[in-house]
Amino acid sequence: MNTTQVAALREAAAESVNCDGLRAAADGDEYSLETPEDRREGLSEEAFREAAAAHADYVTNWYVWSRDRPEDRRAFLRWVEGAGDRSVPKRYAALREGTARTWGELRITASLGADGERRYDLRHAADAEREVVDLSVHDDPLAARRLSKHDDDGRYRPLSTAPTLQTGWVFPGLSANELVRAVDGFYPATVANWYRERTGDLDVSDWRGTAERQTGIYDIVDELSSEQVEWIAESCCVDSQCLKRRQWDEHGGEGGELDVPRGDGEFPCREPCSLVIAAARKWTTLEREESREYTFELTPSEKEQVEAIVDAVAEGRTDEIREADVYEGANRYRARFLRAKRFDEAGNLSGAPTDDEDGDEDESEE
Amino acid sequence: MSQALVIVAHGSHLNPGSSTPTYDHADRIRASGAFDEVREAFWKEEPSFREALRTVAADEVFVVPLFVSEGYFTEQVIPRELRLDEWNVAAWDSDGTSASHATLEAEDVGKTVHYCGPVGTHDAMADVLVQRAESITDDPDVGEGFGLAVVGHGTERNENSAKAIHYHADRLRERDRFEEVRALFMDEDPEVDDVEEFFESDDVIVVPLFIADGFHTQEDIPEDMGITDDYRTGYDVPAEVGGTRIWYAGAVGTEPLMADVILERTADAGADVGEAIDRVRADATGAAGD
Repeated sequence: MNTTQVAALREAAAESVNCDGLRAAADGDEYSLETPEDRREGLSEEAFREAAAAHADYVTNWYVWSRDRPEDRRAFLRWVEGAGDRSVPKRYAALREGTARTWGELRITASLGADGERRYDLRHAADAEREVVDLSVHDDPLAARRLSKHDDDGRYRPLSTAPTLQTGWVFPGLSANELVRAVDGFYPATVANWYRERTGDLDVSDWRGTAERQTGIYDIVDELSSEQVEWIAESCCVDSQCLKRRQWDEHGGEGGELDVPRGDGEFPCREPCSLVIAAARKWTTLEREESREYTFELTPSEKEQVEAIVDAVAEGRTDEIREADVYEGANRYRARFLRAKRFDEAGNLSGAPTDDEDGDEDESEE
Repeated sequence: MSQALVIVAHGSHLNPGSSTPTYDHADRIRASGAFDEVREAFWKEEPSFREALRTVAADEVFVVPLFVSEGYFTEQVIPRELRLDEWNVAAWDSDGTSASHATLEAEDVGKTVHYCGPVGTHDAMADVLVQRAESITDDPDVGEGFGLAVVGHGTERNENSAKAIHYHADRLRERDRFEEVRALFMDEDPEVDDVEEFFESDDVIVVPLFIADGFHTQEDIPEDMGITDDYRTGYDVPAEVGGTRIWYAGAVGTEPLMADVILERTADAGADVGEAIDRVRADATGAAGD
């Protein structure tokens, strides 16, 4: 605690202070200061300073949270240190040790700097136990935008809230404003939408409204049926694909709710994103096709292998299947064997053309 | 009163480099201190146009589209997604290249939005094209003996796209700095494929009026012009095609001076940018400290 903070508190007492258990008031030249543990009245300026010194944690806590800051950022920063759930003494004890929260794949650890100022360590949750020196150290919160662009394998991440955030970096000493900026760099707008949801002000845009709003090449996505929308959500919007918690449904009316789990994420998804809409456009054109019957010859194991391959791709597991693990249906050698045996020269499964004999359109699409 | 700048750009689901110029220009403007907050927003990346305005604290926001021309995105998509109340393209009162700004309210956040015309049609783009010519030739006085081709995509959905190319070509021709200035296109005549046939000069600088380097500027145009057989092997600068030396500059949008155009747009719309334009210009042209 420093003298500026105490002077600020004494000045604020004139208008009365009430913050996290600290109350301060002034009546002419007399001051009062109260915490849940203590109450002092009729204080002179000098006695007020002494009382403040006796409750320094309350005073620095007030000072930190009396700072002018947009409501959503303030609420987020208070959530990070559990300000709503813990008394000042308990919170300060936790802050002295470092108190951590998880936001998507981010781990945010709040601790105390000089005079109660908060410092934040931001890193990937998977790096929680690693030493700072073993990580690449950053101090510019804007670096988050670029770190979020690629996963650990160097592949582009078009969806910032996909559970593929790269590891190996740390922002060890961010200020409160810098923390918010960095979090917004990794997961844009999540703080703003989380706050809107907490205050009952989240403007959810359901599938129907979002689809009908589209123009240009996306104009067609409103053709999709309820069942197809369900498949889209199952494909793109579950926790294994995106860490936002889906709050939109097919529509807001009766029967408009989708059955797919919404996810357990901390922050909400308020409308189908651009990736979903772009994928939906492709599905809209694909789903215009009618099913037809094909005759394929497969052994039972080959049928299961086809299923295993689809499953491995859908779960993003192909990289995990070891080169010589021929017990896995989606193993590369197994897939090559199946192709050698069952594909004809034109790449048709079991020699069955995709279109009727006279049709030559099977490879026409893109 | 605090003011924010939001730069809105296309972005990409496939190309990680698409957002890079947007970030670079935003960083340069941020460093100039002209705005309390500077944010980027994207059609294909995040924050989306829909959610960008809620990430800034300021009540007054200047929105500048990092697009080359007035058209589908600037007239329909961006105002719709930003939820600009009562937007009508007539508010810009534009002839296709003359949009400056319109002031509206964004419904979901209750902020005042000064919605600016795209960077691509601003007069200051001519300076960026020249700067690009200077940097690709590494000659601050380049002009004599050189032709300059400004390359656009072609009409596609909107004739304004070609208008913007012609507009800058005309203005650059009036400056009388280059021997010849031509507007060329990827998908319509006169086509960039035959670039050397449109110029008398032995040296021709080719600058695509594109925001970011990508498929068109890095693959299509180099192969179409014949400065490479296979874009993957790269191309020489200059490269000789039919006796003409082609100085291919790549997307003009990556030029640092683009940050100046963004600032000019906001200043035209009433932003208080102080000395920032001078600072950004000096920084982007390497004249700092002179």
